[in-house]
Amino acid sequence: MDNLLLMMAPLFSSKLLLVLFFGTLFGLILGVLPGLGPTTGGALILPFTMTLDPLSAIVLLTSIYCAGTYGGAITAVLINTPGTPAAAATCLDGYPLAQKGEAGRALGMATVSSTVGGIFSVIILVFFAPILAQLAYEFGQPEYFALAIFGLTMLASIGEGSPIKNLIAGAFGILISTVGKDFMTSIDRFTFGINELTEGIGFIPVVVGLFAMSEMLTQSTLINQVFNRIALKAIKLPSKDDYKKTWKTILRSSGIGSFIGVLPAEGGTVASLIGYSEAKRFSKNPEEFGKGSIEGIAGAEAANNAATGGAMVPTLALGIPGSATTAVILTGLIIHGVRPGPDLFREQPDFLYGIFGAMLIANVLFFIFGFFGAKIFARITLVPNKILWPMIFAVSVCGTYSLNQSIIDVWIMLFFGVLGFFMRRYGFSVVPVIIGLILGELVEGTLRQSLVIFDGNWLMFFTRPIALTFFILSLIALAFPLIRAKKIKK
Amino acid sequence: MKNVQKQKRANKSLPFFFRDEFKVSFVIIFISFALLITTFTFDIVPPILNRGIQPATFPKALLVLIIVMTLLIYYLATKNPWKVQKKLPKSFFLTLLSFFIFVVISKTLDFFLAISALSIFVSYYWGEKRIFYLLLVGIIFPVIVFVFFETILGLRFPPGIITNIYYS
Repeated sequence: MDNLLLMMAPLFSSKLLLVLFFGTLFGLILGVLPGLGPTTGGALILPFTMTLDPLSAIVLLTSIYCAGTYGGAITAVLINTPGTPAAAATCLDGYPLAQKGEAGRALGMATVSSTVGGIFSVIILVFFAPILAQLAYEFGQPEYFALAIFGLTMLASIGEGSPIKNLIAGAFGILISTVGKDFMTSIDRFTFGINELTEGIGFIPVVVGLFAMSEMLTQSTLINQVFNRIALKAIKLPSKDDYKKTWKTILRSSGIGSFIGVLPAEGGTVASLIGYSEAKRFSKNPEEFGKGSIEGIAGAEAANNAATGGAMVPTLALGIPGSATTAVILTGLIIHGVRPGPDLFREQPDFLYGIFGAMLIANVLFFIFGFFGAKIFARITLVPNKILWPMIFAVSVCGTYSLNQSIIDVWIMLFFGVLGFFMRRYGFSVVPVIIGLILGELVEGTLRQSLVIFDGNWLMFFTRPIALTFFILSLIALAFPLIRAKKIKK
Repeated sequence: MKNVQKQKRANKSLPFFFRDEFKVSFVIIFISFALLITTFTFDIVPPILNRGIQPATFPKALLVLIIVMTLLIYYLATKNPWKVQKKLPKSFFLTLLSFFIFVVISKTLDFFLAISALSIFVSYYWGEKRIFYLLLVGIIFPVIVFVFFETILGLRFPPGIITNIYYS
């Protein structure tokens, strides 16, 4: 009961309501614009959150996350381009349905299933995050090390693209975290005599560079791209018949999305693809998929929004991000001095339940904004890249500079922008770099402290049951792509 | 699908050192190797202070892991070549050049001027020829961002020919 009251707290705070309002609105705009989305948008807004208290800052980021994930569907349906990667599966049926003159129906279903998926996942978050946090009390340094390794191997295995390339990117992220003074001995590593590097490479220049600047370079290669837009008259709530057809799909995809979200992988993108393929597998009319199936839209959209709450579970309970955007939210928590993990649940329940409540409200808010404003948001896609991206550049540069008032940070951001572009071009995902960077200190710190406890004996890791379980799970995760590849060959 | 196979065949017909998989693997291994050598220059902690492993051990292990995995992707690519990437357009190189110009101007002249110059340059080469919009992205918007950061976030921008006028 107390927790329920704590969840309602944002409703009684005008400041938090205002933050939620702007976060949801901003998230929708970001979701609608192809190439931006909640991860890049979260990274851009991160420096601005320094003016807010920690709860308002995280509420802003989570509302951007929820609304941005939904916003991608508007672009997917109307211009056949996913506003966010998580909306890629929505294009498959959303656009064909819009071509048949039923854009309003497609967006209505996307809005309803996204909201149901989002609310479902917040309920999962409220119930499971405290349980996971309770379990984490059993964890010592070796268990945390094994957990972080499991997180990285899961990312390689389930994430998009080549698993080995994902592992290389993750290892590179961890390597970046070693730049600067060694936290145990204060010895300089990879500083090359540059004073600014002794404090290490900050999260924000890397995040903004890899997401925003690399996207700017990607957009520079697409300036002649022409989109076929479908006009939207009005959004329509699904009919009784549509509800009958899709309620099972929405619930199934909500469950799938929440589960995939909990796993440390690429969250919504993977969730929506699995949600879509499962919707097709269970459908009575699988032949309609790809031609404008309403079930296809429901399956993909419920799953990608359900992944938002799911991905917050390991982020808050263990400090292990469940997706790219939660990695940005985790960065926000760290720079605001909030340490995620079991202690957060014991010491700051008001903070935590405030976030849960805010996510719930954000899901309702984007339903209202989406339903009444989809037509306006659809017009945002008309802003040409030649105007939009120079503006994003100005905000990125000032935002990155603002954190430490260091011009070196801006150059680091540009460097990572160029690097991120080439990484994406050759099939290396940038998400593992961010997650590796965030987990880097945890991986190295827990490894070294464990070795101190074990007196340098590596084999002692395997005498700890929880750590051993995570290592076995990591091996299974690494073997999974091989098994999948063999199955596809057969 | 046919297109991808065509692109893969095109890649296979190139000498190995022109193929993307070789170039990418070579760059990763070269940089990793250079960094690996650097780790041997890290200070060594005396045994009495050193609990666990030396500060260089962890980065060394990571770099070796990266090199091994890169060799593995190269080996796999010899069996299943990567598809040939399209040539990068002129607009990409101009955007890249604008990043470089930004660094030079922000270091030598002025931070605000650098943002302004890049915005106008990028917007123009991406196809915007209307003066009002060029002024919007190059001057009006950067001024709004500058004033916002300066007044609301209390940020002080680095000195330069324009910022000095503003601050004085």
